[in-house]
Amino acid sequence: MAKITMREAISQALMEEMDRDPNVFIMGEEVGVWGGSYAVTKGFYDKYGPDRVKDTPIAENAIVGGAIGAAMVGLRPVAEIMTINFAFVAMDYIVNQAAKLHYMFGGQFTLPMVIRTVGGGGRQLGATHSQTPDAVFAHFPGLKVVSPGTPADAKGLLKSAIRSNDPIFFIEHATMYQVRGEVPEGDHLVPIGKSKVQREGRDLTIVTYCKGLELSMKAADELAKEGIEAEIVDLRTLRPLDMEPVLESFKKTNRAVVVEEGWKSYGVGSEVVSRIYEEAFDYVDAPIVRVAQKEVPLPYNRTLEQAALPQVPDIVAAAKEVLK
Amino acid sequence: MAETINMPKLGFDMAEGTLIRWVKQVGETIHKGDVLAEIETDKATVEVESPASGVVLQLIVSQGDVVPVNAPIAVVGQAGEEVSVQSSVSSDQLSVTSDQLSVSSVQKADAALPPAGTAPTPPARGSGAQAVSSPEAGGVKASPLAKKIARDNNVNLAALQGTGPGGRVVKKDVEAALVSVQSSVISDQSAVIGSQFAQPSYQVAVAAEDKVVPTTKLRQAIGRRLVESKQTVPHFYVTHEYKMDMLLEMRKQFNAYLPEDEKISVNDFIVKAAALTLRQFPNLNATIKGNEVIQFGHVNVGVAVTVPGGLMTVVVKDADQKMLRQISAEVKAMAARAREGKVKPDDVDGSTFSTSNLGMYDVEDFIAIINPPEAAILAISSAREVPVAEDGQVKIGWRMKATISVDHRVSDGAEAAQFMQKLAEFLENPVMMLV
Repeated sequence: MAKITMREAISQALMEEMDRDPNVFIMGEEVGVWGGSYAVTKGFYDKYGPDRVKDTPIAENAIVGGAIGAAMVGLRPVAEIMTINFAFVAMDYIVNQAAKLHYMFGGQFTLPMVIRTVGGGGRQLGATHSQTPDAVFAHFPGLKVVSPGTPADAKGLLKSAIRSNDPIFFIEHATMYQVRGEVPEGDHLVPIGKSKVQREGRDLTIVTYCKGLELSMKAADELAKEGIEAEIVDLRTLRPLDMEPVLESFKKTNRAVVVEEGWKSYGVGSEVVSRIYEEAFDYVDAPIVRVAQKEVPLPYNRTLEQAALPQVPDIVAAAKEVLK
Repeated sequence: MAETINMPKLGFDMAEGTLIRWVKQVGETIHKGDVLAEIETDKATVEVESPASGVVLQLIVSQGDVVPVNAPIAVVGQAGEEVSVQSSVSSDQLSVTSDQLSVSSVQKADAALPPAGTAPTPPARGSGAQAVSSPEAGGVKASPLAKKIARDNNVNLAALQGTGPGGRVVKKDVEAALVSVQSSVISDQSAVIGSQFAQPSYQVAVAAEDKVVPTTKLRQAIGRRLVESKQTVPHFYVTHEYKMDMLLEMRKQFNAYLPEDEKISVNDFIVKAAALTLRQFPNLNATIKGNEVIQFGHVNVGVAVTVPGGLMTVVVKDADQKMLRQISAEVKAMAARAREGKVKPDDVDGSTFSTSNLGMYDVEDFIAIINPPEAAILAISSAREVPVAEDGQVKIGWRMKATISVDHRVSDGAEAAQFMQKLAEFLENPVMMLV
């Protein structure tokens, strides 16, 4: 299998789907002539032309609103929001229109659209451009929220997202485009709403996704040196949340750490931990520990930024804490 | 800060416990883990360890009080701290009036190994309100998983030393307790403690060393109660020899028609016979309370069963009204549960008269200690083929001896002897049990 980057994997998924279905088109800021802020759509403009790779004004509400309209009349838009921080501008379109339209119209319309966006910190972009507000979007019924942690999943999930008739909020991570991994060639599909064990272990369960997966895999390597075998469950989809692999793993290990890049309060970890307590209370052998971002606006200063973001040693320490 | 210690919950069905003895008194220094008091449930006697270090500031209940689970019993804190926790055991609940002493309440308090000499106490229900709530309900800090494993295996969490943060009992602590033969597993009779009846090894140690074997809580409970029974109950004994030929023949006939797992034992006949006899001797199906003898309305016959680490008594309720097959099936099921440590509260609750049978061990005769607060117990030995004199001739016949132990405060030798004679009518003419 070819080892390709996350960027190439996402690019492949878009291209394969555009080749497969003429109704698929891309719209967003700098996606066309420039080739995308993260170079994901490089070459697309030349290949598919301005009708299918649309550069838009800097108006996120217009991007999402336009995509909603297009989806309502039968196209399959992939709207790109340059960073998740700008999605707040389009919040009404995302959570009040896209997420609810199928419901409000009694099922008369489906919304086969994908909003691709980029989250995460660590690139010294300052407090307003470095957020990981995934939980905010995962809060709303009606919106599916996907956030892959490996190139293979990125490709497979994005292809499934484009084929889905539901609005999907697809979150990539700003620092993971160069991450390499084996990606099956051809029509590789990964189902939305399925968590996956990415590493097996018997001592504790680490529940995570996206950037947290990369960090947790490294932490698991560190722990393995000390004889601690961590099992890692990658959520991949935040809504609908598939707890089954998490619970299955937890019932085996009885101890867990939940890792996310967003803030701890009201976060993805809060949800996962609650669900474990609700659905596997009798299997809890130690309090579950959450590893997350410090509760501050993310600093610009590199040292402070790294200190505020969850790091591998934080996960290692949390693992040891739950194993006490 | 002062910490309130509550009556621990030592079994899922435990509603209350009797405070038997304060090991520490007010003003004494106590360390975390020190024994503060001994409490008795209807199953066993257990030591309560202090969850905190400091000085005993207040003993909220008195020795002998029956205290609902989770109600405060003591306060431990720093010397000089002001505390005053109200007892949730009000005095009126403790005064036993004769009308409260209904048969059912007596039976309730009377389990397989009931408190020797302790008066049957009306349950202090409705007083479950806690004056002070404790962060650790039941007084045991344990993970949910540890609690579940303990619950499933009848392990007493309070007896375990937690190795988790802050002394929390975690999975591995319970698992270690389950593995370890001498672990302080629950003082419940249903505890699986490791059999003392393992097959003997015939390898003779050349120079065996002395071995110190700590007694289990079950063994301690048995010891305590029987010492009390033997010291406070004036026992007397009457032995009778029974002709068992007809009964054994009838059993053979029955069992020829019954599947292997439903075969009726000699003991099943004896339970039935004893129950029918007790109907005519209500004074031996009784308990004494002060100046009154309470003759029970029901005839519930206890059957002593060997379990790992000791013995317990399972109870055939209303044995006088049940068919032999029913008695047999019930005893089989209850004994199996008892041996597996899965006994139900109802299995061991409420006996009014006990039987103990060593027939399977080729015993000529033995006597049993009364299981308080009952008035009598019947010890049954082996049926053996022996030469007997009959009509001036020596013949071969099946004979079985049984000895009744009776509380002399309740009854006398003549009544006991008549009971044994009446019992003979059933055992020697077993057809009478069928009509």
